[in-house]
Order: sequence, then C-alpha cells, then structure tokens
Amino acid sequence: MPVRAASWSFTEDDFRAITNALERFLTDCNARCALLVDRTGQLVATVGERPNFDPTAFATLTAADFSANDQLAKLIGENDFSSLFHQGEKESMYLADIARRVILVVLFDNRTTLGLVRLKMRPTVLELTQLFEQVFARAAADPGSMPNVLAGADDEIDKLFQ
Amino acid sequence: MSMINYASREINCKIVYYGPGLGGKTTNLEHVYGKVAPDTRGKLISLATETERTLFFDFLPVDLGTIRGFKTRFHLYTVPGQVYYNASRKLILKGVDGIVFVGDSQLERMEANQEAMQNLYDNMAEYGYDLTKMPFVIQYNKRDLPNASPIRDLQAALNPGWEVTDSSRMRVTPDAHHPGQNLVERLPSGEWIERAQYFEAVAVSGAGVFDTLKAVSRLVLKSLA
Repeated sequence: MPVRAASWSFTEDDFRAITNALERFLTDCNARCALLVDRTGQLVATVGERPNFDPTAFATLTAADFSANDQLAKLIGENDFSSLFHQGEKESMYLADIARRVILVVLFDNRTTLGLVRLKMRPTVLELTQLFEQVFARAAADPGSMPNVLAGADDEIDKLFQ
Repeated sequence: MSMINYASREINCKIVYYGPGLGGKTTNLEHVYGKVAPDTRGKLISLATETERTLFFDFLPVDLGTIRGFKTRFHLYTVPGQVYYNASRKLILKGVDGIVFVGDSQLERMEANQEAMQNLYDNMAEYGYDLTKMPFVIQYNKRDLPNASPIRDLQAALNPGWEVTDSSRMRVTPDAHHPGQNLVERLPSGEWIERAQYFEAVAVSGAGVFDTLKAVSRLVLKSLA
C-alpha cells in the first residue's frame, strides 16, 4: 500500500448541503461567486456566476497563496491566518479556511461591501466546517468505503501509454 | 492526493518536478506545453523572478487521455531549485501523487544533485510520505553536454537503490527502458534492492521529456488502480 496523503470523498448529499449553504450565503451578501478549493490546489466546487477565468489555475494559486500565508503566520508567532482579503479596484476576494483542509474563496464587486461579506461569511464557515469535518471523519473511519473507479484498469492504463 | 470528480468525470493527480537549480525542471514543463494540443492543456503559470528563476512554482495542467470514461488530468508543478527557497519547495510537495527528480548530468553539478535528492527525501519525510513507496522517476538531463557524467556514476550517486522488505516484491524485475538492467534485483550480498526508473534527457530539445512524463503518470494511475 503506497504511503499517500489522506484521501476523502463526499456523497451527493454532502455536495448538495455544501452548495445550498454557499448559495444562501451568496444571496445574503450579494457576492458574485464562491469557490471551494482543496489545500493541495484542486478545485472542489463553484457556486454562483460562472467565473470567466481558468478555474484550475485559480485553484492552484489560491492554495499556494494560503500555504505561503500560513508560513508567514508561523514566522510572526501565529498558528495560521484563518482568513485573507485581497482588495482590487473593482473586484475583491475574501478567503477563509474550512476545517484546515479546504479554502472558501468569495469573489465580490462594488455591489456589496467587505463588512457584509465578512459578517455573512462567519456562520457559513461554521456550517461548512461542520459539514467537512463529518466528511473527513467518515473517510478516516472507513478508508475502504471510497469507490475506486480505476480498480482493475491496469490494461487500460498500459494502453494509454503505448 | 488525487481527486476524482464524478460531476466532470475527471481524475486529477499532482506531479512535482524536483531537483537542483538550473537543472531543467521548468524547461521540461515548457516543452510539454509547446508540444501537447492546446485543447488538452491549461495555462502555463510561472511564478518566477525577473531573471526567470522559479520563485515559487511553475504549473501546467495536461490531459493525458481517458480511462473508464474519466479524463486523466495531471497537474504538473516544478519547485524552485535554489536552496534558499526551501520553504516554498516544501509547500508544493503537499498532496503530491508522483515525483520526477530532474538531475543535472554535468560533472560539476553532482554535489548539487545529491543535496537536492537528500532535501527531497527530508521534505517528503516531514509530510510523512515515503518516497520509496510512491510513483518516483529520475531524469538525467543535459545528456548532450560534453561534461556530462557517465550514467553509471549518476546512478551510483543518486539512485543506488533502497532495500526491498516486502517479500512479494523480491523478484527480478527488468527495466523495460534499459535492456540488461533491472529495477529490482538481488545483490551478491543477498540483499534485495529496488531502484527508481530513470530516463536520459535533453530537455531543451525535448528528448526524453515525454518518456519521463509518461512513466511517472503511468505509475501514478497504477497506484490508484
């Protein structure tokens, strides 16, 4: 068994609960779009207006941004920075840690305010943290429960690289 | 950490190119970027200094084909080779599924290669990853240069092999890419050892770049199967 980073997966019900929470949040604070990014740089979900940039690149840079800031936090004696804010002339983004494994990114423009986004974000972060902690606890309790779409696909893999 | 997205039917895996500074890691990615069809790759992102030295990482997503209806999407990263960027090197290794070590064949870079390899083992160990149990290939780059060390010396210094403890793996496994050589073999002392697959390359011209990428991607997918 190869030694790998812990894996996790979520069910359709989890996904629905996550997207519902995010949709409610977007309506409440009038933000444009919310993205969930795994700490390793993989995009998990997008809710709201479809972003007009490359979401894969965005996810990678978000994870790197958060990781770099974590290290900066440690240098000044903090454990981490649980949220980050990047202000632009028209577009801004607010990032928050979820269960130390996922990052919630909210994109908003001048139709709303940082104060409102921050205010509405707090209960959403709590709700999502609980949801993700359940998902991780389930994966940790039964790592074999995750479906493996590649099981027995050795021949197909070999063919791909011929 | 690979991620399977059932909604978009994608399998996402992370491959990191590691190695000493100026060894050709970014050049590997640039060659891949230039050669694959534009609809199968994303943007090449480089966080580099003004002198084009990698500051944080380079990133390139590529699709290598479809298995069981799932698109296999590989996220290729390079790390900064310079030693004083170790903090960012370590960050990039988080959640890695496969490693390519790009060694610089030049004689005078031998020490830098060894330092980078040791640093790779150390950084992986800090995350609790065991490099010897993961998809891992070595590329000896710059084979065209007149001062390139013989492969035998590079192998002895960077890929001497690790002890095989799992009895089910104790069988001679030939190296498909190098006839007459073995990946797993028994030493005259009776000890079983395994070496990482290796490839010779000239990344600036593209030689060996895709062989390396294919080998590591295949190992990553096999580790999931």
